[in-house]
Amino acid sequence: MAETALATAPAAQAQKIPVIELRNVSKTFGEVRSLSGVNFAVYPGEIVGLLGDNGAGKSTLVKTVMGFHKPDPGGEIYFHGKRIDDWSVARARALGIETIYQERALCEKQPIWRNMFMGREPRNRWGLLDVKRMRSESARLMSEHMGFTSAAVHPDNVVTTMSGGEKQGVAITRALYFDAELVILDEPTVGLSLTETKKTLDFVSGIKKAGKSAIFIDHNIFHVYPVVDRLYVLDRGKVAGVYNKSQISMDDLIDRLYRVARTGTLE
Amino acid sequence: MATETASAKPGNNRIAPPSALRRHGSQLGIIGVGLAMWLSFVIAAPAVFTNVNIYAAFAQTTPQFGIIALALTFVVITGEIDLSFPSVMALGTAAFCLVTAYGGAPWYLGLIVAFGTGALCGLLNGFLVAKLNIPSLVITIGTSFLYRGLELVLMNGTGVPLTADKYPEMHRIFREPVFGFPVQTLWMIVIGIALWVLLNRTRFGAHVFLVGDNPTSARLMGINAVSVKTRAFVLVGVLAVFAGLLTSIYGYYFWPTTGDGFLLNTIASVFLGGTSVFGGTGSVVGSFVASYIIGAINAGIVSAGINAFYTQLAFGFVIVISVVLQTIIERRIRRQSLTGR
Repeated sequence: MAETALATAPAAQAQKIPVIELRNVSKTFGEVRSLSGVNFAVYPGEIVGLLGDNGAGKSTLVKTVMGFHKPDPGGEIYFHGKRIDDWSVARARALGIETIYQERALCEKQPIWRNMFMGREPRNRWGLLDVKRMRSESARLMSEHMGFTSAAVHPDNVVTTMSGGEKQGVAITRALYFDAELVILDEPTVGLSLTETKKTLDFVSGIKKAGKSAIFIDHNIFHVYPVVDRLYVLDRGKVAGVYNKSQISMDDLIDRLYRVARTGTLE
Repeated sequence: MATETASAKPGNNRIAPPSALRRHGSQLGIIGVGLAMWLSFVIAAPAVFTNVNIYAAFAQTTPQFGIIALALTFVVITGEIDLSFPSVMALGTAAFCLVTAYGGAPWYLGLIVAFGTGALCGLLNGFLVAKLNIPSLVITIGTSFLYRGLELVLMNGTGVPLTADKYPEMHRIFREPVFGFPVQTLWMIVIGIALWVLLNRTRFGAHVFLVGDNPTSARLMGINAVSVKTRAFVLVGVLAVFAGLLTSIYGYYFWPTTGDGFLLNTIASVFLGGTSVFGGTGSVVGSFVASYIIGAINAGIVSAGINAFYTQLAFGFVIVISVVLQTIIERRIRRQSLTGR
């Protein structure tokens, strides 16, 4: 399976070392096997799409990459070619992997500034929280990156009072701020308006222009296909296929996705 | 400034920065309640409430439970509760007595053992609640019996005199006024400031809010919820022992029943102080002021010439009303966010 992944990667990328690589990763929750023997890699500067039906294991895969789930024994995680055993969310974030979660991972009763720096609060030289900087940086980021005029949303606003798109804006800006090398987007367009969706897709293209990598998960092939370089199709916890975008048309891909949903194989 | 922005854009005030009133509403509310109550006491019993002695009495007794309320605020913000602290007060003080009165160790060693005992109790509570995911309301009732039972067995149900000639240092630290000012309240102020900084100016404090608000989100962003909750329980354990020592030295005697009657006062102070039952919000300042209000209710009702049986009734009203108001406010904010775009 690892050979397939490498074989379908462009020649140039085949020589490169992946930013993140999962080898033979399985994940079991009690009786349920969410992932089984998955090999998965993301190369520098590429955007990888992750497609699959509900329950295919997309979210589990992403949460494993992120260190939230620990793979079952036998599974390995490599970061820039180096095997890492004590993988955790804090570790993954420290190494430059950020995720924009489907459920947005916000704390809604807290003001924006606390959400923006969640888990990575800046400290001053006495080791105390730099609240002033958290507030002012949040205000700056909101006006520069989220397109809010500085009066529109105040860093002291509680997240509950914001719209879906604004919340997504906070989650995206948070990932962007920490200058992530790999950004994971878990169904980022769910519940967004048309313009908000476009903004989000522009953001994904922006990641590639900045030379960073991304994993993009979405139900909607019409959102995924235009922005990605490579596609993984997951089915029932297994990698059913890996495609370069140049090798497959959108129509062909849709056909195959229907087939995999019905029969469990892509061919 | 806040009101200017709001009035400049009528009908769209959602986007204005939250006004000072809204941000500090619950704290201002609690201070208002305190002032109103104090005024009514002054009117009802002017002779008592214009005399400094009554304030000296509050200042000595309120910190005995108020210091625990300050620490308990952290646990409640994480969305949990600790009902075992009265037993921890007793067990920690018992450890002090065992080491010093029976073991002959110096007082400072006794303090170390006592605080260590409190920390261990908190650690066990934290482990059971955060690591094993057992509802804290249930399991801390269990550990409460456990700690109390252990203390009674260790002390064989007997008390220990803690007189000033045997424990001069302890009395200097926990009892004797500093330049005429009750040292108990000085401790409450020092601990109050320290805990304010801990809650509002450290990463741990920030994580206390986040874990209480949405534990899944916090974990997804790399926050160790188990560690945060456990540390909050340890804080309560250590400060419960501090309060136990304060209480026992104040009475010159360690009673094996130490802590009985502290449960409701302390919890009432936290909720009256505006800390949310649902977790995620709360304030040390609120718990501080609320502790003195709760402490004053008792003395105030008695000195106003009202039957002492009314104190329980007054406590009941205070707790029920403050929790109901919090719930209504939270629901209103939530409804606004759903419909009031």
